Amino acid sequence: MSEKSNLLPSGLERIESLQMRGIVKRFPGVLASDHVDFDVKAGEIHALLGENGAGKSTLMKILYGLYQPDEGEIILNGRPITINSPTDSLEYGIGMIHQHFMLVDNITVAENVALGMKSSRGFRLDLDVVSARIEELAEKYGLQVNPRAIISKLAVGQRQRVEIVKALYRGAALLVLDEPTAVLTPQEVDDVFVIFRQMAADGHALIFISHKLDEIFALTDRVSVLRDGRMVGTVNTADVTKADLANMMVGREVLLERVRPPSQLGDVRLKMDQVNVVNDDGQRTLKDFSLEVHSGEIVGVAGISGNGQRSLARTIAGLRAVESGKIWLDGRDVTGLSPAEMFNSGLSYIPEERMHDGVVKDFSVAENMILQDYIRAPFSKGIFLDFKTIEQHAGQLISDFRVKTPSQETPAKNLSGGNIQKLILARELAREPRFLIAAQPTRGVDIGATEYIHNQLLQQRANGLATLLISEDLDEVKALSDRIVVLFGGEIMGIVNSDEVTTEELGLMMAGERRMEMPQATA
Amino acid sequence: MNGELTTIAIILGIIHQGIRLATPYLFAALGETFSQRSGVLNLGVEGIMLMGAFFSFYVASETGNLWLALLAAIIIGVLMGLFMAVVSITFQAEQGISGIGLYLFGLGMSSLLFKTMIGSVTGITGFSELQFCVTDSFCLADIPVLGEIFFSHSILTYGAFLLVPISVWLLKRTTWGLKVRSVGQNPEAADSVGVSVNRARYAAVILGSALAGIAGASLSISLLNVFQENMINGIGFIAVALVYFGGWSPVGVMFGALLFSTISALQLWGQVLGLNISSNISVMLPYILTIVALAIPFRRAAQPAALTKPFSRGEN
Repeated sequence: MSEKSNLLPSGLERIESLQMRGIVKRFPGVLASDHVDFDVKAGEIHALLGENGAGKSTLMKILYGLYQPDEGEIILNGRPITINSPTDSLEYGIGMIHQHFMLVDNITVAENVALGMKSSRGFRLDLDVVSARIEELAEKYGLQVNPRAIISKLAVGQRQRVEIVKALYRGAALLVLDEPTAVLTPQEVDDVFVIFRQMAADGHALIFISHKLDEIFALTDRVSVLRDGRMVGTVNTADVTKADLANMMVGREVLLERVRPPSQLGDVRLKMDQVNVVNDDGQRTLKDFSLEVHSGEIVGVAGISGNGQRSLARTIAGLRAVESGKIWLDGRDVTGLSPAEMFNSGLSYIPEERMHDGVVKDFSVAENMILQDYIRAPFSKGIFLDFKTIEQHAGQLISDFRVKTPSQETPAKNLSGGNIQKLILARELAREPRFLIAAQPTRGVDIGATEYIHNQLLQQRANGLATLLISEDLDEVKALSDRIVVLFGGEIMGIVNSDEVTTEELGLMMAGERRMEMPQATA
Repeated sequence: MNGELTTIAIILGIIHQGIRLATPYLFAALGETFSQRSGVLNLGVEGIMLMGAFFSFYVASETGNLWLALLAAIIIGVLMGLFMAVVSITFQAEQGISGIGLYLFGLGMSSLLFKTMIGSVTGITGFSELQFCVTDSFCLADIPVLGEIFFSHSILTYGAFLLVPISVWLLKRTTWGLKVRSVGQNPEAADSVGVSVNRARYAAVILGSALAGIAGASLSISLLNVFQENMINGIGFIAVALVYFGGWSPVGVMFGALLFSTISALQLWGQVLGLNISSNISVMLPYILTIVALAIPFRRAAQPAALTKPFSRGEN
């Protein structure tokens, strides 16, 4: 190897290899990392795959100096090293793109990059020097960022590029990418993959954390799979199939494909006509929104986060007032009804913030099962709660919906994300709703629980429920929905049949670059 | 003719007085700006000002050295700021409560010290108003109109106004200012690139408190040249409000300070001229304005996102 190739284009030494050997990390009651071996090489994109709680983030936090391992060692280019803090890891050339961007949003791109760095002018900032270097890096990797732009004015995809520039600027030779595509449109994903490949070709080492199997196959050279804190194995991506990886991840056969039989359309359950909604800041979050959802169908809502999805769900649930327009449920005008009146009219709602809106964290599982209906028979008689019935009800739902909980009395906050979501699903479906809003029903939920929740939604569809599925996971929307509404800036860019639309078309609509309309499939 | 002259004299007097009285507001509010930009709401400004006013007055009356007196105010400001920082940053106490505690401490302590160490209200010779004499016979202060408005203030008043561009420069153009702004907006982001959140906040709170000490001294050894119990009389609390009013920018804070000090000057002149306004109403005026200004919602957009939120790593 020539002398020059030991250096990255940035002039910094590259990380030829990094190994984590026998890493053990214990938390009270949990073995988060159980003798894990992991390695990554220069020029490689290495996927780290696993369900929630499998130990991916524990391992990466150890690498980034946020946690100290109880046992095991980290070896960089053949030498053992100790990483005590993020500052240490940055000095070794390890950078991290966090899933939640670590950007200060009221200052410029250049200021974010300069933050925490030594200035060439000592106490005075050298933003012009920083900006010039950013433009150099941006040009080299096709990153297109304006150093003078304020972060809060940038789209999510652009913010991610700022994070990448920030890491490159700091001379990161190894980059940990924590679910970097979670918030991007399909086109933005393609763009950022080009950037990642370019970085790998330049000799960077990349660790790509994801649970999206398609992306792992599209991008990575090797995959390491974690389950319950243990390393199941490391394989060459080219040597395995999707099903192999899913099995390694879950430890059993998992069906990745969802079977959606032809829909049996019934009567119109939800009708919205020219609905306009304004948020607290005076911005219009829904513009002339009109939609019908029938019995026996799932209508998906696709869009990049923050394009009106949240407003849509909360408006139907009665949590936000409409400015103009009408909403009907089962042919009855329900515009302006309170949340309680909506629930009594046959609405069920799985909110996107499950810990915040979905459960009362400190209430028991049994109490959370009757949050809307505690006031009525059979759960109460007069002003008294009927604990026996409440107990039976909870016991029934826990077993029907396979909610894993130590007991009915356990506070909801002690359950895992997937089980909290099952609890909410159980409560909302047990009410035998006429119409269901499912907002991000599987966000942060593991692949096993996701399979279960999806099957429940499809089962209810077969039983005639009308469902509005709001999700930022495009694969989920496509798999479950009969029709897809694409939102951009609070406006409908099109209502399309999910079997006829391509991911690329959806991506263009989500980015606001294209409008499409398809004739509705008839019952 | 005579009447016109009097009117002009009164207007000039009000402007002169307005600029003069802006001094304590400016020092205190610019100091509080640093503190709040870093994410710490220091409600103890009033208490620090009282202590600063007392110690500078005491040192001035004992030694006659005004610069030593000013240094005493700075030292007591730093100490009280350090205390506030330890309680609210290291021990993460509720900032609103610890600030009120600091105020009550300053109020009680300055009164106690005054009674035991001085006893009765006496005057001292404070910082004099500069004349800017170019020659023996010609001083800038003698220029009609301009002289009275711009060239006849004490050195502390000039210092207070000079502090405005200095604050802008510190916040906008230095690595320290960038850290302060960042830890007040998104401490997690700052932490992730190796910035010590707590160190930046300590520095901002202590600097802010030192300036609050100077603000107190500006009253007792420059503007009024006396010390009385509770002599700050709410200026420290208005200074906190001015930071909101000024949208967390030093220039905005300066305009707010001038507005309030001019209203105070108007009220003083109203009394001098024996205008038939109840003095209670005119004394209330600045406070009413404060409440109105705070009720305007659009200013909140500029509020540091992490204001009053203690930082600890590793959550979530």
